[in-house]
Amino acid sequence: MDIPPKTVRELYRTMVVIRAFEEKVQDLYARGHIPGLAHLYIGEEAIAAGVCANLGDKDYITSTHRGHGHVIAKGALLKPMMAELYGKETGYCKGKGGSMHIADVNLGILGANGIAGGGLPIAVGAGLSCKMKHPGQVAVCFFGDASSNNGTFHESLNFAAVHKLPVVFVCENNGFGISVSQAQHQAITDISIRAAGYGMPGQTVDGNDVLTVYLAAGEAIDRARRGEGPTLLECKTYRWRGHHEGDPNQGGRYRSKEDIQAWVENCPIKRFEQYLTKNKVMTKKQMQAVWDEVEQEIDGSIEFAEQSPFPPLEEMFQDVLA
Amino acid sequence: MSRVITYAQALNEALAHCMDQDDSVFIMGEDVGRYGGIFQVTAGLQDRFGVDRVMDTPISEAAFVGGAVGAAMTGMRPVVEIMFIDFITVAMDMVVNQMAKMHFMFGGRAKVPMVIRVNIGAGRGTAAQHSQSFHAIFQHIPGIKIAMPSTPHDAKGMLIEAIQDDNPVLFVEHKKMYIDKGEVPEEAYTVPLGKANVVRPGKDITVVATLNMVAKALTVAEELAAQGVDMEVIDLRSLCPLDREAVLASVRKTGTLITADEGCHTGNMGAELAALVAEQALDSLQAPIVRVAGPDTPVAFSPPLEQAYIPSEQDLKDAVARVLEYL
Repeated sequence: MDIPPKTVRELYRTMVVIRAFEEKVQDLYARGHIPGLAHLYIGEEAIAAGVCANLGDKDYITSTHRGHGHVIAKGALLKPMMAELYGKETGYCKGKGGSMHIADVNLGILGANGIAGGGLPIAVGAGLSCKMKHPGQVAVCFFGDASSNNGTFHESLNFAAVHKLPVVFVCENNGFGISVSQAQHQAITDISIRAAGYGMPGQTVDGNDVLTVYLAAGEAIDRARRGEGPTLLECKTYRWRGHHEGDPNQGGRYRSKEDIQAWVENCPIKRFEQYLTKNKVMTKKQMQAVWDEVEQEIDGSIEFAEQSPFPPLEEMFQDVLA
Repeated sequence: MSRVITYAQALNEALAHCMDQDDSVFIMGEDVGRYGGIFQVTAGLQDRFGVDRVMDTPISEAAFVGGAVGAAMTGMRPVVEIMFIDFITVAMDMVVNQMAKMHFMFGGRAKVPMVIRVNIGAGRGTAAQHSQSFHAIFQHIPGIKIAMPSTPHDAKGMLIEAIQDDNPVLFVEHKKMYIDKGEVPEEAYTVPLGKANVVRPGKDITVVATLNMVAKALTVAEELAAQGVDMEVIDLRSLCPLDREAVLASVRKTGTLITADEGCHTGNMGAELAALVAEQALDSLQAPIVRVAGPDTPVAFSPPLEQAYIPSEQDLKDAVARVLEYL
C-alpha cells in the first residue's frame, strides 16, 4: 500500500475527531444540553474518513440522519456544527436545521438528510451538475443498508448509470434499519450485488478498515472523475449506540450484548492504532497528542455553542423563500 | 401587428429563450426529447440544444425531481416536466421534504432555483389517474411558489420569470389549454409571480378564477352584463405568493366572492380564499361565498360523467344567481 504518511495521519485524526465529537454529544444529550434527536456515528468512523479523504472542497456529498461523521470528514467546522446541534443562531443553519440537516454548500456538503434514501436523487443531481459544468468533480452519496430498499436507491443508481454520472454510492451497511436487522429487511447479504442490476461496478469492503475504505473509494472516485460512471461501494460496519440517543438500552431490544461487544472489539480506531504502531507511522505518544488536541477543540466548540444566543423568533419566518 | 400562437408554443418560446440566455438552464422529463413532450411543449428543443440539455429520463420521478433539486443546489436551473400532475405523487418526498425545505432548513445556505411543470384538468378522457387537479395541496407547503397562467401571454412571461426565480416553482398548466391561442409578443418579457390580474373590472360581483375557469368566467360576465350585472373577474395567476390584497380589495368593493377552480371542492384554492375573506373582510360580505369547483369525487372515464365533473359556465351562472338573491 502506497499511501503517503501525511494522509495516513490525517485519516487517523479525522476518525478521532468524529469519535470524540460523538462521545461528547452523547454526554451532552444525556445531560439535556442538546435537544431533539442525536443519531451517533460511533463505530463507523472509518467510512466517512476513508471516503472523504479522497475528496476536495469542490466535490459534493449528500449525507444521512447519521451525518455528523460525514460532514466532519468533509471539512465542516466544529463550532458552527456544535452550535447547530444546540439550536443556536451561530450554527451552520442558524439553528433551524439541527443535527439532521447540517449543510454547507461552499464545502460541498449538500446536507445531512432526515429522510432515509432522500439523499440519493440529490447526489445524482449534483453529479449532473458536475458532468455538465464541472468535469472532474464528483458527488458521493452516503446511505444505509435499509435505504437500499427504498425506491430512490433503485431509481438513482439506474439514472446515474444510464447517464454515466460521476457519482459514488457509498452504502454504510451497519446491519440495522433502526431495529430491523438486515436479514429481516432484505434477502441478500451483500448489497453491492445490486450494482450489477444497473450496469455499474459494485464492491463490498470491510468498513472498519480505514485504509481499505480509502483505497476502494479512491478507485471508485477516480473512475467517476475520469467520466467512466458511477460505482456502488458497500462498507460493512456496525453502530455501537442505539438508533438514536434514547433508543432503550442502546438497541438492547433487538440485538445482543455479545454482538455489540464483538463489534466494539472490532473498533476501526483501535485497529488503525495497531496498524500505525506496527508500521511505525505514529507513536502512542503522538496518537495521544492528537486526542488531547481534538478534545480541546471540541471543548472550545461546546463553549462557543453554549455562549451563543438562540435565534430571534423572527428567524422562523426568514428563508422560507429566497 | 400582433402575433397569435398557442399556449404550448408560448411555453416552448419561454424555454428556448431561457436556454439561449443561460447555459445552466436544462430540461428533464419523460419523453421531452425526440417526442417533444406529451403535449408538445418541448418540441424541437432537443434538436436545438442537444440531448444533454433536453434529457429524456427513465420513468423515475423521484430520481429526476430529486436530481433537479441536487442540480439546482449546485448551480443549475433545471426545468422538470411531470407528464401529468398525478405522477408527482411518486416524487412527493423530493417535492415536500427536499425541494421545499432546503433553503429554510439550511438557514439560507442553499438555493433551489428549479421549475416543475405539471398539467391538471379533466376533459381528455384520461380517467382518474391522469385528470386530477390537486394543485392546492402544494399551497399547504411553505417554500414553493405556484404559478397558474391562464393565457398564452402569461404562460410565456410567467415561465421566463419562474426559471429566473431563485425559488422552486410549481408551474401549473391545464392540459385542455395547450391548443388555446392568444397574442404573444415575439420578444422575451416577464410576468411577475404572485400578482393577480383584474381581467374584467366590475362593481357587482367578484369572481376569482384560475386557468381555464378565467375564460369561462369572462364569457359568463359578458352574458350577465346584458342583464345588468357587472361582474369583476380576477385571474389569480399564482397560489403562492397569494395576492391577498387584490382579492380583498375586490371583495370590499363588491361585497361578494365566487371562486372558480377545477380542483375538487374540499380544500381547494377557493377554501383558502374563503378563509381569507372570513378573517379579513367579513364585514364587507353581503352574500355567502360560493365556490365553483370540481365535485368531491375522482374523475370518471365515461364521457358524460367526465363532462359532469368539469366546472362549467352553467355552474358559474348558478353561483351568480345564488349570490344575487342576497343583493
